[in-house]
Amino acid sequence: MQFFGQNLSCIRGERLVFSGLDFTVEPGSVLALTGNNGSGKTSLLRVMAGLTHPIAGELAWHDGSVADNPERHHNRINFVGHLDAVKAALSVYENLQIWASLNGGTDKTISIAFKKMGLKGLENTPGRYLSAGQKRRVSLARLVASHAKLWLLDEPTIALDPASVNALRDLITEHRNSGGMTIVANNIDLRIKDTTELNLHHFATTGEGIWEGVG
Amino acid sequence: MKTLTLILRTEIRLALRQIGDSAIIVLFFVLAAVLFPLGIGPEPKLLPQLAPGVIWIMALLAAMLSFERLFTPDFDDGSLEQFAICHAPLEIIALAKAAAHWLVTGLPLIIASPLIAMLYRLPDTGYNVLITTMALGTPAISLIGTAGAAMILGARRGGVLLSLLVIPLMLPILIFGAAAIDATVSGFPVRQHLMLMGGFLLGSLVITPLATAAALRQSLE
Repeated sequence: MQFFGQNLSCIRGERLVFSGLDFTVEPGSVLALTGNNGSGKTSLLRVMAGLTHPIAGELAWHDGSVADNPERHHNRINFVGHLDAVKAALSVYENLQIWASLNGGTDKTISIAFKKMGLKGLENTPGRYLSAGQKRRVSLARLVASHAKLWLLDEPTIALDPASVNALRDLITEHRNSGGMTIVANNIDLRIKDTTELNLHHFATTGEGIWEGVG
Repeated sequence: MKTLTLILRTEIRLALRQIGDSAIIVLFFVLAAVLFPLGIGPEPKLLPQLAPGVIWIMALLAAMLSFERLFTPDFDDGSLEQFAICHAPLEIIALAKAAAHWLVTGLPLIIASPLIAMLYRLPDTGYNVLITTMALGTPAISLIGTAGAAMILGARRGGVLLSLLVIPLMLPILIFGAAAIDATVSGFPVRQHLMLMGGFLLGSLVITPLATAAALRQSLE
């Protein structure tokens, strides 16, 4: 099993964010995306998730292109973006239950997720009373509640306290030990060891809005 | 099927916790319809003639109010992204959304419509057909409106744009819905009107989930 991209290019607005980008992820590996603000980490993760289409290049698994079989791709991935997808009117448990059921999770995986993300005791709290960090933890708990081969994490440590950052690091380590793949934007807070690094600065086409020469 | 019931359950749960949202739609429907007799005067001959048209126009306009909020919360909080990449097809989710919209908006409108008919002194013979046309027309309104709501995501002044987009598509419902009630009150057969409405509903059932899903995917690009 292998997930890779070849010669990917992406346009946001009217700006070519990156072009000619190649990457490969193997089971048990962690790919860390680095680069300054605006270098295209989020754009690349959205392309990888299949939310945005690259204007050039191909995204594929070992057994075929993503474009040919988007359903199979969606069955293999889980995406945690900047938005937490937590409904204010639903309790934490109800929130998690929706995503777990849509992605093949069970009551058992939900309760494991509660334990691992330190959400015990918040089961019946409505989403509107959660802090930013707690919402983020609910969002991350979705990873545990449903089984996906590839995790796509966009700056997952934002708003997290140190204990939760450690919990997330353990989660990713456990995932890779069981043969899972992880692609994470910004490894700065997480400090996961033995990652492959992909610096988006190398694929940038213009310096517009980017700190030239810093990365 | 599991997806369908899951989304339905969630949406109904959300609607019950924000019961004011659907109550406002029904109240608008009733209130706006009440304005006509007050403005025109309680003319005993005129009001029954107006009833079918007024009920259908007000049902359409009341439904318009509800569509703008159909996908915007999901779009803003990131749920839509997750729907787009979950294991279930987006078309099924679109269908479930439309079904849930009908249950929390269309069904209350059907229940409120005889009330308005009474106010307009619709002859007794018209009530059965009124309910039947509402039952055939409101699901089609929900389906078409759902597709419209998906298309306006991310647009400024989406509500106005939405009305301009979907009201023309709903004209057949208005025309045949009102005509069927008129026909039955005047003693003409209504079968063909109802069959056309049924056909329109079946057509929307097939086409709109595809259109909705395509529009939702586009909004996330």
